[in-house]
Amino acid sequence: MSRNYLHRIKGLFEFPSPSGRLILALLTAVLLLFAGLTGGGCGRQQTQKAVCIAGSTSVEPFAEKLAEVYMHRHPHIRIDVQGGGSSAGIFAAEQGAADLGASSRELIGKEKKLQEIPIAYDGIAIIVNKQNPLTNLSLNQVRQIFQGEITEWSQLKLPPHPIDIITREEGSGTRNAFEEMVMGEQAEITPMALVQDSNGSVREIVADDPYSIGYISMGLVDNRVKALSVDGIAPTRENVKNRSYKLVRRFLLVSRGLQPGSCQDFVNFILSAQGQSLLESEGLVGVGD
Amino acid sequence: MKKELYIERVLLFLALSSIGSLVTITVFIFWEGIPLIAYTGLKNFLLSSHWAPTRGHFGILAMIISSVLVTIGALVLGVPLGLACAITLAEFAPERVKTLLKPTLELLAGIPSVVYGFLGVIWLVPLIRDYLGGPGLSLLAGSVILGIMILPTVISISIDALSAVPDLYRDGSIALGATNWQTVHRVVLPAAGSGIVTAIILGMGRAIGETMAIIMVAGNALKIPTSILDPVRTLTANIALELGYASGRHREALFATGIVLFIIIMILNLAASAITRRR
Repeated sequence: MSRNYLHRIKGLFEFPSPSGRLILALLTAVLLLFAGLTGGGCGRQQTQKAVCIAGSTSVEPFAEKLAEVYMHRHPHIRIDVQGGGSSAGIFAAEQGAADLGASSRELIGKEKKLQEIPIAYDGIAIIVNKQNPLTNLSLNQVRQIFQGEITEWSQLKLPPHPIDIITREEGSGTRNAFEEMVMGEQAEITPMALVQDSNGSVREIVADDPYSIGYISMGLVDNRVKALSVDGIAPTRENVKNRSYKLVRRFLLVSRGLQPGSCQDFVNFILSAQGQSLLESEGLVGVGD
Repeated sequence: MKKELYIERVLLFLALSSIGSLVTITVFIFWEGIPLIAYTGLKNFLLSSHWAPTRGHFGILAMIISSVLVTIGALVLGVPLGLACAITLAEFAPERVKTLLKPTLELLAGIPSVVYGFLGVIWLVPLIRDYLGGPGLSLLAGSVILGIMILPTVISISIDALSAVPDLYRDGSIALGATNWQTVHRVVLPAAGSGIVTAIILGMGRAIGETMAIIMVAGNALKIPTSILDPVRTLTANIALELGYASGRHREALFATGIVLFIIIMILNLAASAITRRR
């Protein structure tokens, strides 16, 4: 039995008829064609001018949106947007591997030699349920809550009930920014915290659960949740712009030096009234006045 | 004759390619995940519950425990309900009721898991929060939703197992003076035993592998739960939550989580077939 079976497997690779061979040849041709079509990379389309942007995953969705609108108006220019993280993006711009690096953190050390173009501000709002009478927390209190040192609302002079802490998943840009600006180097977000994978679902839970606290991108705060002041300063557009609200990061594009051409043109588009209003409609705060 | 041989070979090739994709997936998961386990050491990976991959901590103990607890919870809820339902439909219900209810129950399996999750969030979670306490998103919420989700699996396989018991057994038992319930309880259930165990194990597989609904209702917190009202993160939820942004070691750690899940499910299936064979 098993010998027979083995023999059959061996026989599989000898097609019985010329038509079988023809089909095999056709299949191979189709496969090769597919490989040829999908294997093409950045360099293939010589007729289009390409601008490569790489870097921060927080900037990526906004850059993609901008690129989409820009490419719609300039069909002959192609803009490739890649993630990889701020450091990788800055490095790529330094090396010239990308025309523009996207960063959601400030430049440090010798990175400062690069030309930086701030494109928007992103504020992070600390949100609580509408029923919560709290209006203000100090930065330190926010850290203690998320660190798990303050676990009861009574510790903040509210009626006693455990605090439900909502955070984002490890690796999320918003969480990164929150960790950098609130938690600092040492403190870790408590493992007790509930984890949600989008700004939207954090907001959903906070809107629903009267004892919860979370943080989301400022542009996504709506009237179902309450954004707290931090150290007495409310998270408003004005306070973000004049940088008195502390939980703000800048979104930067960096480059070795912009040359006139499609790259410069795209940057001009981002900084134009239209580009900025696009970013504002996506929830960021523009850099213009 | 030649044509037949040709078709046979094409079919064999297709069969091998489906096995091939299975092998490829397995090799790929292990290939991507093993380096991380080698890097942290098996003990630090499996027996630590400190998960902070961007800071270099890769312990998944809490998630293993949570996955197991959620699955047990789902079985505690789903198996008695499902079995009772299967026995009623297979043994006691009139034929007309059975032909109406069985397809309806199987329809439950066709509801996408995100819908179960959504119902859980909208409806079950606030109930738990208001009446039992805690954040609502919890081990309990996950278990209830999974318990409902495994019902169609448990019910339809159990019904098939019960229907496969020859009527001779029933007739013999009744002829000896046993009541209907005694017949079901002493004769039919033991005879259908291996099929029912298979139903439970398949339900278990469904529960442990479920991802979307559990992300939505279980809260995904990283600590080892101490109460059924605590939020938990399962192995599947961990992978799905973090894969989007993960890179480097973090990504490897998620694949390593996949390895653990893979091994758990393999053990489950092997146990199932061992039990079935022994009977």
